[in-house]
Amino acid sequence: MIDQMNFLFVGVGGQGVLTASDIAAQVGLDLGLDAKKSEVHGFAQRGGVVESHIRWAPSVGSPTCEYGTVDVLMSFELLEAARWLDWLRPGGTVIVNRQQITPMSASVGNAVYPPEEEILAALRTRAGRVIVVDALPLAEQAGNSRTVNTIMLAALSTLLDTDPAVWETAILQRVPDKYNEVNRVAFRLGQEAARA
Amino acid sequence: MTKILLSGNEAIALGAWEAGVQYASAYPGTPSTEILENFARYPGIRAEWASNEKVALDNVIGASFGGARVLATMKHVGVNVAADSLMSLSYTGVRGGLVLVSADDPGAFSSQNEQDNRQYARFGKFPCIEPADSEEARRFVGIALEVSEGFETPVILRSTTRLSHSKSAVEARVPEKREFQPLPPFNREGGANRVIIPAVARRRHPEIEQRLRDVAAWAETTAFEIGLNSIFWGDGQLGIVTTGIAYQYAREIFPNASILKLGMSYPLPLQAIRDFAAQVKTLIVVEELDPFIEEQLKVAGIAVAHGKDCFPLCGELTLEKVRQGALKAGLLDVEAPEELPEETGMQLDVPSRPPALCPGCPHRAFFYNMARQKRKAIIAGDIGCYSMGVLEPFKAMDMLISMGASIGMAHGFKQAGGQEGVVATIGDSTFFHSGLSPLAAAVYNKAQITVAILDNRITAMTGQQHHPGTGITLQGAQGHDIDIAPVVKAMGVTFVEEVNAWDVKAVGTALKAALAHEDGPAVIIVRGACVFTPHFHLQPRMRVDPDKCVACHACLRVGCPAILKSEVLYEKNNRAKTMIDPLLCTGCTVCMQVCPTQAIERESE
Repeated sequence: MIDQMNFLFVGVGGQGVLTASDIAAQVGLDLGLDAKKSEVHGFAQRGGVVESHIRWAPSVGSPTCEYGTVDVLMSFELLEAARWLDWLRPGGTVIVNRQQITPMSASVGNAVYPPEEEILAALRTRAGRVIVVDALPLAEQAGNSRTVNTIMLAALSTLLDTDPAVWETAILQRVPDKYNEVNRVAFRLGQEAARA
Repeated sequence: MTKILLSGNEAIALGAWEAGVQYASAYPGTPSTEILENFARYPGIRAEWASNEKVALDNVIGASFGGARVLATMKHVGVNVAADSLMSLSYTGVRGGLVLVSADDPGAFSSQNEQDNRQYARFGKFPCIEPADSEEARRFVGIALEVSEGFETPVILRSTTRLSHSKSAVEARVPEKREFQPLPPFNREGGANRVIIPAVARRRHPEIEQRLRDVAAWAETTAFEIGLNSIFWGDGQLGIVTTGIAYQYAREIFPNASILKLGMSYPLPLQAIRDFAAQVKTLIVVEELDPFIEEQLKVAGIAVAHGKDCFPLCGELTLEKVRQGALKAGLLDVEAPEELPEETGMQLDVPSRPPALCPGCPHRAFFYNMARQKRKAIIAGDIGCYSMGVLEPFKAMDMLISMGASIGMAHGFKQAGGQEGVVATIGDSTFFHSGLSPLAAAVYNKAQITVAILDNRITAMTGQQHHPGTGITLQGAQGHDIDIAPVVKAMGVTFVEEVNAWDVKAVGTALKAALAHEDGPAVIIVRGACVFTPHFHLQPRMRVDPDKCVACHACLRVGCPAILKSEVLYEKNNRAKTMIDPLLCTGCTVCMQVCPTQAIERESE
């Protein structure tokens, strides 16, 4: 049974990172642990970097993880996984959505969005395990592109020594009733993708 | 016992409601904004957005004198705006409990400075209370109100970004009956302290010095009994004095240390700290930003082995910074939790994601024009999303200092003798916050400036709060909306033009006419609703016709995140043609208006 975990969820504004981190913190409480989560939201504008820390322990002190000690880095966007990689504990797990959202420094400026294989290779230099999920097409397959965060949480639920039903319940409690079915489907698809 | 996760801000709102706060007033400001948004949803209370922080504080002062328990919330720099009243409020004292929440921003995540507002408590001679998690935030609001009423003093409840925006577990009891005994009705007799004329101020000063000593005595005794101040005994080697969120870092990095945790960081229980120090071999202070506690301990002759010599003065504390400090102080011997591998994967060059105006943003056409005028005009900016005018590709802002400063700075810059035109840019909410009085001075002194009021119909940057220009109240009622143009005209401005924010040419024409105006300040009101408001109309999206695009990149100069470089090169200049991301485009047409070859068109056409 898990008694302590440090998660870092990252992505781009509008991807549902903060909702997913709320759910992950709730799962910690549901498992009988203490949980805290922390993110900084200042500028309301779209498209910025989003980071959210989630910690589970018998008693959590700091709401943010310590640099270099994150057990699971879950990135909702490919490039962001590389940006936050050094927060990962060496040998930790990366779950990364293949979706690419081009930053303005690359779309307008002269910066280059590195190719997928280079990013994945970089992730593997530090992570013990890298799981790539193609969450956007799966979400569309489930019936709603906004279920990307459910797909990602489902993938995460398969990797931890926790009952996936706890995760599914926490997700369904968080979303409006009319979206329960689409999220159930998305949860199955996310689990299958992570096991594949 | 069921627990739920609440942010520090949600917990402050809940605690305020449970403790019987009847009236609250605030001006939005990160990281404080969500406190009042949450409080406003509870039954049986009144909650309002004021036009600025001083108005918010003045509102709750009046309500406190009237006998209500009250709350004012604001970001740290907002307290500067309210400080005039705050300093004298300390002298008048309060009647109903009055708590001012100051949400500080160590790390300056969304602020212009990192000021440590605990200093206001010492400066103004009133208590400061600092919670360390959401459960404490909820509980300490009630304690703060009791201290306020018991000692007839204002109390600062200090939060920080990390506390306000982190979620931690609180006990999920159904909000119980509100614990509030109404005060007797207002009585004009005995109100001599409330009119703070010089004779009263001179009489009151020694009384507030005594009040501070009384609160300090309370901090030595009752504050420990009710768990506001606490001691957690570990081994006798290391003792830590800490407060607020810094406590959380300290207890993780030093699991065996004895900790004296101050829920009230001013005034200090110096005798309790002296006794604590006597029980430990080494005493250190772990606190964020200023050496506020450390210096007071040193002045009191308490030996502090380490404080700001090891833990950083600037920026937000983190676990790793406290660990580094502990290593520097020789209090830890391990280098890091685990050795880092040599290859960390960061050979990769990761492009940044700089902030940008949203697709469809009503500020875009204005800054596109401003960027073209910037050789002829100096631009004084203000606080809001439009601060991003300083960024690429516009780089159209020369000075920015505080809320409402643009108009006064613009006039002053012109007085220094410069020949350039000077443009002040200020948002609608900021104009009502602190733009009216500098405009009055500008009209009065016949300032030769242009004032561009960027009216996006909302307080946008803090997450869409209403203000006097929209007329919708915090609790969702229809108030009265103030139209800016007639106000400006009534103040005596002789050039007032309203212009559609997405009409590039019209904005440019208005700007040029305003800069040429010579009879006092010229005002242009650039009107267009923020994309996050219901008033913003999403239109059919735009596309780039690759056959017409000549890769001149004029459209990239509008700085829209929806416009990308495509992989197709234009053969004559070998540059990338542009394309529009259909998921991001709002169809605002600004890019279409600046395209010299008419390559951009609506998709439906």
